[in-house]
Amino acid sequence: MDSLRRLEKEMKKCVRCGACRAYCPAFLETGREPAVARGKIAVAQHLLHQDLPWDGLTREIMANCLLCGNCTMNCPNEVATDEIVIGAREALAEKRGLPFLARAVSTVLRFPRGMRLGAAIAYLLSPLVFRKIPATSGLRLRFPVPFLGNNRHIPPLASKPFLSSCPEVLPGKPGAPSVVFFVGCMNNFVYPQIGEALLALLQGMGCTIFIPKGQQCCGLPALSGGDLETSRRLAEKNLAALGSFSADFVVSACASCGGALHKFYPAVLGKAFPELQGQAEHIAGKTLDASTLLTRLGWQPRGSGSGEPLAVTYHDPCHLRARGVTKDPRDLLKHAPGVKLVEMEGADRCCGLGGTFNVHHYETSMGINRGKTAAILRTGAQAVVSGCPGCMMQLSDGLKQQGSAMRVMHTLEVLANE
Amino acid sequence: MLNKGTIEKLIGIVGQANLLTARQDLVCYGYDATQMEFLPDAVVHPADPGEVAAILRLANAEKFPVFPRGAGSGFTGGSLPKGGGVVLVTTRMNRILRIDTDNLVAEVEPGVVTEKFQQEVEKLGLFYPPDPASLKFSTLGGNVAECAGGPRAVKYGVTKDFVMGLEVVLPNGDIIRTGGETYKGVVGYDLTKLMCGSEGTLGIITKIIFRLLPLPEAKKTILAIFGSIDGAAKAVSTIIRGKIIPTTLEFMDHPTIQCVERRFHLGIPSTARALLIIEVDGDRDLIEKQSEQIRALISPLDLVEFRVARDAPEAEQIWKVRRSVSPSLRDVNPDKYNEDIVVPRSKIPEILRQIEAVQKKYDVPIVNFGHAGDGNIHVNIMIDKQVIGMEQKAQEAIREIFRATLNAGGTLSGEHGIGLAKQPFLAMEMGPEQMALMKTIKRAFDPHNILNPGKIFPEANEAAPFPPSLR
Ligand SMILES: Cc1cc2nc3c(=O)[nH]c(=O)nc-3n(C[C@H](O)[C@H](O)[C@H](O)COP(=O)(O)OP(=O)(O)OC[C@H]3O[C@@H](n4cnc5c(N)ncnc54)[C@H](O)[C@@H]3O)c2cc1C
Repeated sequence: MDSLRRLEKEMKKCVRCGACRAYCPAFLETGREPAVARGKIAVAQHLLHQDLPWDGLTREIMANCLLCGNCTMNCPNEVATDEIVIGAREALAEKRGLPFLARAVSTVLRFPRGMRLGAAIAYLLSPLVFRKIPATSGLRLRFPVPFLGNNRHIPPLASKPFLSSCPEVLPGKPGAPSVVFFVGCMNNFVYPQIGEALLALLQGMGCTIFIPKGQQCCGLPALSGGDLETSRRLAEKNLAALGSFSADFVVSACASCGGALHKFYPAVLGKAFPELQGQAEHIAGKTLDASTLLTRLGWQPRGSGSGEPLAVTYHDPCHLRARGVTKDPRDLLKHAPGVKLVEMEGADRCCGLGGTFNVHHYETSMGINRGKTAAILRTGAQAVVSGCPGCMMQLSDGLKQQGSAMRVMHTLEVLANE
Repeated sequence: MLNKGTIEKLIGIVGQANLLTARQDLVCYGYDATQMEFLPDAVVHPADPGEVAAILRLANAEKFPVFPRGAGSGFTGGSLPKGGGVVLVTTRMNRILRIDTDNLVAEVEPGVVTEKFQQEVEKLGLFYPPDPASLKFSTLGGNVAECAGGPRAVKYGVTKDFVMGLEVVLPNGDIIRTGGETYKGVVGYDLTKLMCGSEGTLGIITKIIFRLLPLPEAKKTILAIFGSIDGAAKAVSTIIRGKIIPTTLEFMDHPTIQCVERRFHLGIPSTARALLIIEVDGDRDLIEKQSEQIRALISPLDLVEFRVARDAPEAEQIWKVRRSVSPSLRDVNPDKYNEDIVVPRSKIPEILRQIEAVQKKYDVPIVNFGHAGDGNIHVNIMIDKQVIGMEQKAQEAIREIFRATLNAGGTLSGEHGIGLAKQPFLAMEMGPEQMALMKTIKRAFDPHNILNPGKIFPEANEAAPFPPSLR
């Protein structure tokens, strides 16, 4: 309840105007008021005043949020609904215990070496855990490892995690900027080529790069499940690891991890655990998305792009858009001579993943995704590009389900080829 | 309270998935933008007029109230289930049925979101002008039921000016069609117009036929900054007297400008005491000429700056000034009374002076902005409900402003309606004879008072909604 009480003032800022109805992906898919920000805030306020039950329906309502931040960005009063939803999830966990999935996520994340995926998958897929899920459940179709996909279209795992294949320090040219790289689970285990692309691009500009070994999962999956304690532990380790190198920037190539460092650490964890606030703000102040960093450092393509350009369309990850990062990736892509950028309709619409959202609300998630996939296919582009490996996984899944073999790439992968 | 049998019957009509009774769901259908809150007993999402009719027939037979609801963005509580009952949400009926480019008409279902409709007709080079600031989320059904207006009303009029015909489910469950798709029609009373602005008290609108216009070739956006409030106020009627009807004439007073500048730093000079956002649309050559004419007309009126947007991003910059108003007002005080009075255009300078006097007398911050081009001014009385006595003072100030408005030949509400919020003031504008006639009309439509009871007319709040003399 403390988590909600802390947010009472924030909730009061909502004047129920309904502007969020135009922007909430979960609402636009379901058309139901409890899905939209002002509905969730009304429910949270009633919870706070003890006149609603802490039951399964309350949990379902609070789970039906992608934490995409779209509502806040378009809210006349900038109400931080994502923080309110996280607060409600935390209060629910306190009242009823963590839901099954959040518990599984948290258990995995608490393994001694937090980023050992083999152990994670083994745990989650063990008959013991799996038997608890009815055969008809959407979970069976799409079983999540933190941020990882379903058993139909799980992207192939990297043979070697990114972090175990690179040194902790890559010295650059004297005088050039220094950068700490926060890798994140998806880039570590599933898409190591994204990290490699970033290293190549930054080395090309002479940067010194630090890749702290002590870094963990960013903790967003646990946080969004309402498990503040696990996310605090992870954040503590990450803040220590990132802070152990004094560098000009902290860079992330995952929109969600970057969002965690930049926003959720100071805004949620820092508020709940004041001892973290100073360091959280310090790191947040240095954190940039890779596209913004490359733009600031004045990235230049090396080649001149002979031959037919690659037609790409760009999908805005919510956790970049919420930080105002929409122009940098597009400018970089336009600047690449071998690339032709074709805008899709609704590039700023969510892909529907929302972390564990797509397990709790699988139908809604895939409904949101179908609209996205159709818009991508209408562009006739050869590849869809994004700045978030989570989105990339969801986009591939959607495209494959529509029988399309279109390529899904990270912005950095495209640039590294230029 | 609804009994179990009634709930079962409602499920029989709309299906289990489209009836909500869990408390968590109910709290999400008990509010609108007034921030008042009432808990309904159930929420239904009918799919078509047939289901709407079945629900109303049941309501008549079993005597429970039904409250039509679109997006719930109303400013006066029109959709709120005061006293409990069933909230009927129209948003599943959200198809654009046809856009007829030969006759320039379109037929839609009531749950279509205003902006979506505008985008679809504009793709065909057509134009649906009514543009309430809530257009990204309000429904067309709600727009008709409130007769919503917007900045473009100066030149094009309000929602009712575009409604040609309706399909309406009456409170007894009968389905009627009013008007049609012909530009003329005098057969019988004009029930179409009667439904416009009826706030969901006479029937549930299930189809709307709209008139459309050709999309103007171009538009020009102008920011005119004045050194005095009088200058801006006079500019409005000067432009109109000069035989130019701009698309838009939005007004902001000095406190509004200060709020916006403090929060957003949009570069409005500190000498500004009022500003107008002016838009003209039409032929490229014509609007070029009109913007020069406007400059000439208003130059003598204490004009400090006249900024014409050269392209879309510059126009966007100008509109940002207007859009920043709402979020910045709360820096003055946390709560607000949002009134939307209208006076004849020429009376704007006078009413603004009177509002200023009221503000001084009661010492409550009042921020004025709005659609000055049609005389519609949003008077925002900014208060802090925590401060003892402030709410009371605001109430008295409102009463005084309304009196001044009526004396100037104006009206209490231009577009937000009466709903629940403005009932206490209704009798200031409307005599007993007229009110009695309106109630008789309501009774003719809804003898059992099951449709949106308790709205518009104060007496309807009570258990016996109509005085014996009218029965
Ligand atoms: C930020 C903001 C800005 C606004 N700006 C403007 C503005 O510029 N101009 C303006 O005019 N208004 C404005 N409004 C007020 C509001 O958006 C309008 O009144 C709008 O028309 C309401 O539409 P809705 O779908 O939300 O209707 P609701 O609020 O759901 O309902 C409004 C009324 O219509 C009735 N109703 C709804 N659908 C039907 C139907 N199908 N049949 C019969 N009755 C029905 C309801 O019973 C209720 O009485 C604004 C509101 C907000 C929050």
